[in-house]
Amino acid sequence: MKFIYLSWWKYLAVAIIMYTLLAGFLLGVPRLFILHETIRNTYFHVPMWIAMFTVFTISVIFSIKYLGSGNEKHDLLAVECANVGVFFFVLGLITGMIWADYAWGEYWSNDPKQNSAAIAFLLYCAYLVLRNAIDEEQKRAKISAIYNIFAFPIMIVLIMVLPRMTDSLHPGNGGNPAFGKLDMDNRMRMVLYPAFIGWSLFAAWIATLRYRVRLVEYNRNSIN
Amino acid sequence: MKRLFTLIVLMLTLTTVFAQESETVEMADTMRANGGIYVVVATLTIIFLGLAVYLFALDKRLKKIENEK
Repeated sequence: MKFIYLSWWKYLAVAIIMYTLLAGFLLGVPRLFILHETIRNTYFHVPMWIAMFTVFTISVIFSIKYLGSGNEKHDLLAVECANVGVFFFVLGLITGMIWADYAWGEYWSNDPKQNSAAIAFLLYCAYLVLRNAIDEEQKRAKISAIYNIFAFPIMIVLIMVLPRMTDSLHPGNGGNPAFGKLDMDNRMRMVLYPAFIGWSLFAAWIATLRYRVRLVEYNRNSIN
Repeated sequence: MKRLFTLIVLMLTLTTVFAQESETVEMADTMRANGGIYVVVATLTIIFLGLAVYLFALDKRLKKIENEK
């Protein structure tokens, strides 16, 4: 847990995102109909979801750890990661809707990926509501850890698996390859993959800040 | 031979058609030519750097509070 107090990876996150801001706007992109310049949205819309996956993954790891250790710190980190994940979910959804209005003609076209992402959002809202509904600390931590372990694979299936099995407007669904030759080239990959790493670290950083505030509150309450 | 020739000619016209298509895709070329895009990039960079500095400041203040105990 000492890792979260180090600062090198925070500087790294900022540096990588800075690079994607510069390269994302200045480097060349494929000239495609319908998309035009909005293809650059890939550098910013998709990393929101990857960042969300990263913090949700950290969250479920610490939920599992909590069940093994009973250490409240693990539970607190799991919650704060889930909180930040929901935040990045909202960012991903809003940026996606703006893009969808331009590229697909509607903010919400009941695309399978849009719909199942919305269901996954409810899943995590339920997690946060569930926590607030239980007063007793240990019971709350235990029940929400178990819920989180179930919610995580369902979220992955909803967002990553089910939309791929039907026709969808999103690339990578309904048989067309995601990030394939049609919509992506190596110039774009050189920006997109660093963006995944940069935004994931950035989201994790925000989560650790929130966790540390929680920890201070927790310690204060247990002393009094 | 004639068939092969027609095939090659047809293939060549195909590539030219593709080339024309890609030329007509509208991009922000004028913005790039005028240098306007640099203004946008500069704005975004400053906004993001500002947010990063803000987060670092928060991090620092938290460290102070943590060390009090």
